Amino acid sequence: MSRQLIIDGTLVDVDDDETLMHACEKVGAEIPRFCYHERLSIAGNCRMCLVEVDGSPKPIASCAMMVGDLPPNRDGSPKAVSTQSELVKKAREGVMEFLLINHPLDCPICDQGGECDLQDQAMAFGVGGSRFGENKRAVEDKHIGPLIKTVMTRCIHCTRCVRYMTEVAGIEELGLIGRGEDAEITTYLEKGILSEMSANAVDLCPVGALTHKPWAHNARPWELTKTESIDVMDALGSAIRVDSRGKEVMRVLPRNNDAVNEEWISDKTRHVVDGLKVQRLDRPYVRKDGALVAVEWSEALATVADALKKAEPKKTGAIVGDLAGAEEMFALKQWLGGLGVDSIDCRQDGAILDPQFGRGSYLFNTTIQGIEEADAVVLVGCNPRLEAPVLNARLRKIWRSGAATIASIGEAVELGYDYDHLGGNPNVLAELAAGNNPFYDTLKNAERPMVIVGAGAVARSDGVGVASHAAQLADQLAGGKNPKWRVFNVLHSAASRVAGLDLGLVPSANDMDVSAMFKAASVGQLDVLYLLGADEIDTSKLGATFVIYQGSHGDRGAHRADVILPAAAYTEKSATYVNIEGRAQTTTQAVFPPGEAKEDWKIIRALSEATGKALAFDTLQEIRAKMYEVHPTLAALDQVQRASTDDVAVLAKQGGSVTSAPFMSGIQDFYFTNPIARASRIMAELSALRTAANTNRASSAA
Amino acid sequence: MAVRRLHPLQAGGFAFSDENLRWAKETIAKYPEGKQASAIIPLLWRAQEQEGGWLPEPALRAVADMLGMAHIRAMEIATFYTMFQLQPVGSKAHVQVCGTTPCMLCGSESLIELCKTRIAPTQHTLSEDGAFSWEEVECLGCCANAPMVQIGKDVYEDLTPDLFEKVLDGFAAGKPPKPGSQTGRTASAPKGKLTSLKESVTAGGKS
Repeated sequence: MSRQLIIDGTLVDVDDDETLMHACEKVGAEIPRFCYHERLSIAGNCRMCLVEVDGSPKPIASCAMMVGDLPPNRDGSPKAVSTQSELVKKAREGVMEFLLINHPLDCPICDQGGECDLQDQAMAFGVGGSRFGENKRAVEDKHIGPLIKTVMTRCIHCTRCVRYMTEVAGIEELGLIGRGEDAEITTYLEKGILSEMSANAVDLCPVGALTHKPWAHNARPWELTKTESIDVMDALGSAIRVDSRGKEVMRVLPRNNDAVNEEWISDKTRHVVDGLKVQRLDRPYVRKDGALVAVEWSEALATVADALKKAEPKKTGAIVGDLAGAEEMFALKQWLGGLGVDSIDCRQDGAILDPQFGRGSYLFNTTIQGIEEADAVVLVGCNPRLEAPVLNARLRKIWRSGAATIASIGEAVELGYDYDHLGGNPNVLAELAAGNNPFYDTLKNAERPMVIVGAGAVARSDGVGVASHAAQLADQLAGGKNPKWRVFNVLHSAASRVAGLDLGLVPSANDMDVSAMFKAASVGQLDVLYLLGADEIDTSKLGATFVIYQGSHGDRGAHRADVILPAAAYTEKSATYVNIEGRAQTTTQAVFPPGEAKEDWKIIRALSEATGKALAFDTLQEIRAKMYEVHPTLAALDQVQRASTDDVAVLAKQGGSVTSAPFMSGIQDFYFTNPIARASRIMAELSALRTAANTNRASSAA
Repeated sequence: MAVRRLHPLQAGGFAFSDENLRWAKETIAKYPEGKQASAIIPLLWRAQEQEGGWLPEPALRAVADMLGMAHIRAMEIATFYTMFQLQPVGSKAHVQVCGTTPCMLCGSESLIELCKTRIAPTQHTLSEDGAFSWEEVECLGCCANAPMVQIGKDVYEDLTPDLFEKVLDGFAAGKPPKPGSQTGRTASAPKGKLTSLKESVTAGGKS
C-alpha cells in the first residue's frame, strides 16, 4: 500500500514497507547515519538519522521507522516530516556531541582521516566545541585477524562490522560485549577471523576503529589517483577502484555493482596489491648457456621469431593463463594462426569445456544476480567459498532468507551456510541426473532450480561425463519451467576463461590441447611452447621444448622459460575480461608497467612483425574494432550476453561415463591461485594462517 | 558498572549434572522450534548456580552449543547482564549491596565501607579465606526497607553496620539469619505504629 507524506514541504508517494529514511531520500533530503547500511539489517542504535514527524513529541530514528507504522493524522491529511527543522538540527547536534564524548581527537594519526563518516558528519551536522570536561574512556585494542587493525577507542558501536560478519560473510565471530559506556566490539576470546571476505568490514566501519592493517599509515585518500577497474582474481569480474600514487598501486577498494559484487570484494582481490610490486619482470630475458640474461627487446623478439621459424607449426603450441585479457588472446590467435599454429589452448587446467558445444555450455547462465531468485541449488564439484567468495555470499543470502535449499556433491567443506551433502563423487551426480536421489524431487519441484558445476569438476579425466551428466540434469529440470529461467551454470575460477572460450582459443580435434602438448613435450615432439601468462602448469615436464613466457611475474612459467617477454599486470593495462555470466568488462590502466614491460597485445603485435606476418592493427582501438567484428558479444560492455538454452542440450548429448574418484575443488589454496597472489607477502601470511588453522581443526577433530 | 571480562583463570570443562540437563531440555522445549536461543538466560543462570555462583568460560560454550548459537552470542549475553558473575564468588556468600539513591541516603555507604574492610577492598574479589565476595548493585526494589543487601536469592533489609555484621557472622558460621528486615518489622510495615489505614476496609464498607 502506498501513502502520501509531506517531506520538507514536498508531497511524495511512498510505500508502507519503505523506511522513513528512504522516503526522505526520495525528495533529495540528506539524512546522516552511522549504523544504517542498506545491505545489512537495521540496528537503529546510532540515533544520527533523527527526523521530526508532525504529531510525534520526540524526533524519530528514520532508518528504523517504517512508513506504514506512522500513525495517521486524524483528518487523514498527509503526515508532515521535517529533516531540516530546528528540533532536528538540535537533535543531531546532541547525538554528535555524545558520539564525540569518547571519541579520541587523533584524526591526524588516523588512517580513516579524509574518508571518515564521523569527521564529515561532525563538520556538517555537529557543533564546533564540546562541553565534556571529564576523562575520555579508553578501550583495549583487539586482535581480530591479520587484515584488520583495530583502535577500539575510536569505536562508536554502530555494530556494522558485527552485522556484516554475521549476515554477509557468514562468520559469527564478532560481537558487542558489555553494555552502555563499557560496550566493546570483540571476537570470542580474541580469536582471529578466518574469512575470505573479512576486510569488507573495514570499509563498512564509519570511523577509524577498524582500518586495513597492511595499508597502515601508507597514504592519505586525497593524494591518491582513483581509477575504476575490474578485478581478475576470480572470474566474477568484481567492480574495483584502484587507488594509486605515482607509479605505485596503493590499494584496491570495491565499487558498487549490484549485478556482480554488490559492494563486496574478497580479501585476495583487495590485498593482493603488494604482489604487484615484487617479483616483477621488468625487462626481456633470453636463456644463454643455461642462464637467463637480460637483453634488449629487439634481441628477445628476434630470438622468438627465430625459434618459431625453425619450429614446425604442428609441433608448436600455446597455452593461455588465467589473467590474460581478451585483446592479447585475440592477437595471439590471429598471429599464431597466421603462422599455421592451431594448438592454442586457454584451458591450462585441462577443462573439457569447448565453444563447439555452444556458449550456454560454459556460462553461468542464471546470472549472478539471478541467484537471488533461485529456490533450489545443487553444487557439483565446486567450493564457491574459495572459487568465488563474493558469489558465495549471494548463495548465503538466499539460504539466510529461507528461500532456497542448497545441496552439494563434492568435498564436505564449510561454506558458511547449511547444505545437504549428497556425496563426494560423480556417481552421485549420475544418480541425481537419473532421478535416483531424494534431492531430485526437491530440484524437480522447485520453480527456479540451479545446477552449478565447478571448474574443478570439468577439469578431470571424466570431465566430459561430469559436464554432460550435469547438463542432462539441468535439461530435465528446465522442462516445464518458465522458459526464461536458466538452470545450468559453470563457475569458472579463471578471469580469462570465458573470453578465451568466446574467442575460440581451443584446439580442434587434430591439434594439441594442453595435455597433448605435455605428451608431445615428453617425447620431444613439441618444438616451441608459448606461454601467455600460464603458470599453473607443471613446467618441469616440458622436456627440451623451447619455452617462451610472456607475463608480468617471475613465477613458475618464467623460471622454465628460454625467452621472457615482460608484460603488464591487470592494473597496468586496459583489457577486456568476460565474467562467468558472459558480461564483457574492461579494466582501466591505473599505473604504467614497470621498467621495459609492455602491454600484452603490443608485445604480440611486435612479434607478428618480427615473424614477418604483421597484424593489421596499431592501436588499442583498432584491435578492439577487429575483435568486435569477429566476436560481437565482446562489444557489448557491461551487459550480459545470454546464450541459447539449446547449448545445454548439446552438452547433455555428449554422454561419457564418470568415475568414482572424489570431486576436488580446482582451488586448494585460495591465497595462491595466480602469479600476483604468489608474489604477495600478505597472501603468504594468510595462507600460512589458514593452513595452521586447518591443521589445528584436523588435530582437534582427531 | 565496570568493564566485564571473563576471568583469566578458567576451569577445564563444564557439563550440566544429570538433573540440570533434564531440566535444561525441558526448558528448551518450552520455546517454539527454531527459537531455542530464547532459552539462553535460564540456562546460563542454571549453569551459574551449578558452578557455585559464577559462570566459567566452558559453561558459556557448552550452553551456546546446546542452543545452536555462536559462542560470541552467549558471551554478549553474559557480559550484558550483571546478574551473571564472570569471576569466582565467595563460597559462603556473595553480597550485593544496593547503592542506589534511597539506600545511599539511608546509609548504604557505611555498608560498603564494611564490605571493604571485612571482605575485600575491591568489588568482585574473594576474601582471604575465599568465603565472601561483594559488589555494589543498582536498585533491587526494596527502597522502603533501605539500606539492604542481597545474598543469593534472599534480601536482608533495614541494615545498620552492626546488623550487617551480624548477617555476615551468620553466613560465616554457616547459619544464615532469617531473610527480610533485620530490625524485626514485618515486610515494609511502618517502623513505629500505624499512621494511616488504621481501620481495615472491606468491599461492603467499614467492618
